[in-house]
Amino acid sequence: MKTNQIIFPLALALAATLATTGCKHTPLKVTQIPGQTASNVGGGENPNTLPPGGAIPGSENTSAGNGPGTLATAGLNEFEGMIKDPAALAANTIHFSFDSAAIKKGEEGNISAVASALSANPSDKLLIEGNCDERGTEEYNRALGERRALAAREALAKHGVSSDRIRTISYGKDKPADPGHDEAAWSKNRRADFILLHPKAGV
Amino acid sequence: MKKIILNWFTIGLAAIALAGARAQEIKIENTINVLGQTKPVPIALSGFTGEGAEVLKFDLTVQGFSIVAPDAAQYLVSGSDAGGVAGNLTDKYAKRVLLSRSYNGASLRRQAHAFADDIVLAVTGKKGIGQTKIAFKSQPSGNGAGEIYVADFDGHGSQRVTTDNTIVAKPAWVPGKLAVYYTSYARGNPDIFYHSLSSGQRRVIAGYSGLNTSASVSPDGARIAMVLSKAGSPNVWVCNADGTGLKQLTTGIEDSSPTWSPDGSWICFATKHNERRRLAKVPAGGGTVQYLSTTGAANPTEPDWSPDGKWIAFTSQMGDFNICVMPADGSMPPSVLVSGQNPSWAPNSRTLTYNRPMGYRQVLSVLDVFTKQYKDCARATGSSSQPAWAK
Repeated sequence: MKTNQIIFPLALALAATLATTGCKHTPLKVTQIPGQTASNVGGGENPNTLPPGGAIPGSENTSAGNGPGTLATAGLNEFEGMIKDPAALAANTIHFSFDSAAIKKGEEGNISAVASALSANPSDKLLIEGNCDERGTEEYNRALGERRALAAREALAKHGVSSDRIRTISYGKDKPADPGHDEAAWSKNRRADFILLHPKAGV
Repeated sequence: MKKIILNWFTIGLAAIALAGARAQEIKIENTINVLGQTKPVPIALSGFTGEGAEVLKFDLTVQGFSIVAPDAAQYLVSGSDAGGVAGNLTDKYAKRVLLSRSYNGASLRRQAHAFADDIVLAVTGKKGIGQTKIAFKSQPSGNGAGEIYVADFDGHGSQRVTTDNTIVAKPAWVPGKLAVYYTSYARGNPDIFYHSLSSGQRRVIAGYSGLNTSASVSPDGARIAMVLSKAGSPNVWVCNADGTGLKQLTTGIEDSSPTWSPDGSWICFATKHNERRRLAKVPAGGGTVQYLSTTGAANPTEPDWSPDGKWIAFTSQMGDFNICVMPADGSMPPSVLVSGQNPSWAPNSRTLTYNRPMGYRQVLSVLDVFTKQYKDCARATGSSSQPAWAK
């Protein structure tokens, strides 16, 4: 206590006002830190180990899935279980200018080839995957990739492809065709891929 | 009897000490904070080694203090982190002890964070952020599949939330709750999930055809703003916390990253107008879109409104990405602060977490917007981005 008095005279004073059992062994005011079970995570409780994430509900269980309010886009359920054929239209991938979702004039041949494939196979449907180069913030690119896929859908509609046969998905900058970090790679990555969807087996 | 006399004596001393603390508080409150240009408060640390010293330095630096030698300091922190954290805080000029305390339990890190919080409170009168959490996404290979994590705000003690091995994006906390929303491609489509961290239970709150992403929770936790493309272009929509009551708020060509004003009345977002990227705001109940001026900070995206309502942080793209902050009322042009993306405010409305490039990976970092001091978080393997600060 004597040494403590020399080092922390005022600290001792503070502590003593609150101490009920004398001050000999508690020179400072003590803050008890609760264990991990009562940590300050956004005000709630913080379990020591997080429980595993629950099962992912299927789209049929999703009340929010394709309920009232769905406008022009096709319901996801109609695409459930279809078989992806990425090879069929791989040669018809279309590319975009930097930060643009406008379909270039030179891509008209690819668009009409995709439209022909769909009219030749009336039971097939189409998945359009929109992608971006890495220059752009993550969520901005996710929106830009979606807009590229939607622009391709619109171009196909002009060729008579019904929008309810088409599903779009944006990968933003998460699925580059070329992992490089230069314009040669970026120009390949600003693209929309067309994935033909065949009816599920046994249907 | 002796003890009683001592106690009356010490109450007097304590009162003097507390009065000192209050006087200090007033002095600091009068300091005008200028974005990126405020002088840090000089403070000296002595007696702390290893982990305790590291935590104190980190926490104080990102809340506007600079760690200096005792001669140059206004405040002196002395104590020890051997076995447990104990120490006191002295105002060198006022010659007053503002704080004297020891910490027990949990871990040394937690004790040091608690001490840092007490120092921040004693000097600034504001609640510290040492014991707060972040959520973020981490991708082993820089793009593609990743998982959502939660961690202490300095990146330590990270815990994986998801195990879906798919693309994930944009975690957002429910205010005051142990629960997050995030985007996951687990069902083959970018859908918005609600995930309770205490039970592990989760559900899809937006799984419409097309894009479902960028969930942002209203300050009262009752409403979600998000980006859906179901009407033909990526736009801002709002719904109730459970996904019901869906309403479209914007009809721009390409909208992204909604964020709520702290009073819940506005939603700020990034958009494209006349071929230019802009920030804009719209009444949360629906109404006319107002474009915000971000003069000097081109291509703004990723706005985040500060909890005190005064600031909007965002990312500008001028060659590379920069973290910018501007007053929400537009009274001053934005300040371009540091290189980085995805700013998210701490509860104290002065510190931001964000990610910055390191080679072709992203690392999480923490920035004090007034002094422009920043520190990188504990490094995880792979690329970490889109941090969201729990509030």
